[in-house]
Amino acid sequence: MKTTFTALVAAAITAAAPAMADLVVPNLSYRTGPFAAGGIPYADGFNDYFTLLNERDGGIGGEKIQVPECETAYNTEKGVECYESTKGMGALVYNPLSTGITYQLIPKVTADGITLYTPGYGRTSAANGKIFEWVFNYPANYWDGASVAIKYLLSQNGDDLKGKKIALLYHNSAYGKEPIRTLEELSKKHGFTLSTLPIDSPGQEQKSQWLQVRREKPDYVLFWGWGVMNQVAIQEAANIKFPMENFVGIWWSGSENDVKPAGAGANGYKAITFNGVGMDYPIYADLKTYVYDAGKASGAGDQEGSVIYSRGMYAAVVIAEAIRKAQELAGHSAVNAAEVRAGFEALEITDARMAELGLAGFGQAFAATCADHGGPGGAMIQQWDAAAGKWMLTTDFIAPDDEVLGPLVAEDSAAYAKENNIAERCN
Amino acid sequence: MPDQLLYAMEVTLNGLMAGVMYALVALGFVLIYKASGIFNYAQGVLALFAALTLVGIQQGQVPFAHLINAVTGLHVSSFGFTVPSILAILLTLGVMVLLAIVIEKLVLKHLVNQAPIILFMATIGMAYFLEGFGDVMWGADIKTLDVGLPQGISETVESMTDSIFGYGFFIDNLDIVATLVAVALVAALTLFSQYSKQGRALRAVADDHQAALSVGISLRFIWILVWSIAGFVALVAGIMWGSKSGVQFSLSLIALKALPVLMLGGFTSIPGAIVGGLIIGVGEKLFEFFAGPLIGGATENWFAYVLALLFLVFRPQGLFGEKIIERV
Repeated sequence: MKTTFTALVAAAITAAAPAMADLVVPNLSYRTGPFAAGGIPYADGFNDYFTLLNERDGGIGGEKIQVPECETAYNTEKGVECYESTKGMGALVYNPLSTGITYQLIPKVTADGITLYTPGYGRTSAANGKIFEWVFNYPANYWDGASVAIKYLLSQNGDDLKGKKIALLYHNSAYGKEPIRTLEELSKKHGFTLSTLPIDSPGQEQKSQWLQVRREKPDYVLFWGWGVMNQVAIQEAANIKFPMENFVGIWWSGSENDVKPAGAGANGYKAITFNGVGMDYPIYADLKTYVYDAGKASGAGDQEGSVIYSRGMYAAVVIAEAIRKAQELAGHSAVNAAEVRAGFEALEITDARMAELGLAGFGQAFAATCADHGGPGGAMIQQWDAAAGKWMLTTDFIAPDDEVLGPLVAEDSAAYAKENNIAERCN
Repeated sequence: MPDQLLYAMEVTLNGLMAGVMYALVALGFVLIYKASGIFNYAQGVLALFAALTLVGIQQGQVPFAHLINAVTGLHVSSFGFTVPSILAILLTLGVMVLLAIVIEKLVLKHLVNQAPIILFMATIGMAYFLEGFGDVMWGADIKTLDVGLPQGISETVESMTDSIFGYGFFIDNLDIVATLVAVALVAALTLFSQYSKQGRALRAVADDHQAALSVGISLRFIWILVWSIAGFVALVAGIMWGSKSGVQFSLSLIALKALPVLMLGGFTSIPGAIVGGLIIGVGEKLFEFFAGPLIGGATENWFAYVLALLFLVFRPQGLFGEKIIERV
């Protein structure tokens, strides 16, 4: 009896754990809790792309990809527990979709030698590969987002923002505070007045902040929200009749979920995005054939094509390409974590490669280097069409202002290096 | 009139309205605490569950669709019809009564005469269970709740105040509706508890379980009744908050807004929940208005608790709570 039980336990463990030869990319997701509405589509998009590669191509370079999922509930402690419990599976790269978790994992991945990939979130100055060897955040980060927003507003105002009032409404957390420094520098450069309005998480009650917006009448409101804060802010903006075309959110404040509860009132709301929107990309035909119609879609299979789903899929695309590059560099397919990091650092995704992947124009072309882990930082503006019920891209990729961002990244990463006694590399 | 004063008046009015929204959540806590001495940790989740169920019924969503699809390989999600709001609200109320019966049968019945901390722990368990159950039953995506409540600025208030002060105040139509609903709810609950047979029985149970049992009052019936009423109040709170932000899992966190209201108003008083809500609402909004810009803003969450604690220094039982005198 005892032997049978032991055998059963052993069989269960073997079934649950990835086969040793598989490429393991853990998915630290959140399908429960207050931020599940953003976590679910991201996790589904991430999983579905790897399922596509497994089903259509037999994995990457002949190696199947395992994506063990661990629930973080967007909670930093749980995120760290997930990291600790999955790294022993042979994890190659982590993408926790949480700035809080990212901050905790940076020293851990550095010590353990595992890549941390944080596209569009996390610690912005990790773009400096000279200091952050194991962290990559291309193709864009929060400071890029702030700069793109200002460059877009400049383009709307004949390249002159002097005397304009811009308010930043933000999630009162590490994430929400990320753009403040950049916006302060940009306000000095372009002569606009910046006011900051923090909102405590979760952000269900924002009356004070919106009354302030109504009183002070800023020309534009920039918005760094997440979760329920997004829906409430857009509803409150509609309530006070703030002109929606002057309300611009970061990419985490621009999903279908954020605008739908406000109905027609959300029409015209804008958000920055570093990836394309909608399903007019050939990759969706393959996803339909190999994943959706085959009944292998992640979760409930009802998120395909949404903004956050697309972003989760894009993260998986970049990771898969980095693994492919790592295999090419290593000369073998069963790459380890160190080889994958090298793949990330040598990764180049051209427009032609994006087209081959069925994603022409979906993301900006970029080439990483030892020093540059942040990519070009370009982003587009998407605008919500409430009648059609979809996001429309209204600009091409707008490049950020590297003249302002470069010194900020250098300064912040140098401070981190000093604090943690890290020697600069790539020299 | 100076602009600052006008703005402060507008902030005060909005604080009162926000206070009503907090009080709607606090009422559910008070009802259960009054009748059974239980601090119902699951009250916020009850509001979430009620709102999820309402939207699910209204939109003709198949409950447990994810589970059914995963087990059977089918792709069901909707019955293909929608249910009118009023009918959906009544059906949801039925579900909340059913839930009250299940809670009584599976949890409370087995915990009669246990220490209050045990009952409190049981409600923590219920909260986690219900949150997961709601997820499995209706899915975790954000749902738009539309029961026809008006939203947006009240043009009447704006034009009226503009003609008087030269500055139009902002008041949300939804907040006005919430205020009217809260007034009606408090009146109905007061009449029920003062003048109906069940209401008197409920108060008797609240005073002394054993004495109430000895005169033939069914404790089980009263518990089902009070959890049903709390379910109804949760449904009202869920509708109001869900109309504002969509129905999603963070809705359960509105309970955090009710705690300072309860500390201030007392756990046993229905008017206390309302007055407490108003004081917290106005207090936090005015503090944010005057002090927020000086200390970096985002003061409301913590200031509500500071305000409640200040009141507790002078009235430990809360403004309307019963003073407990225990003789040795």
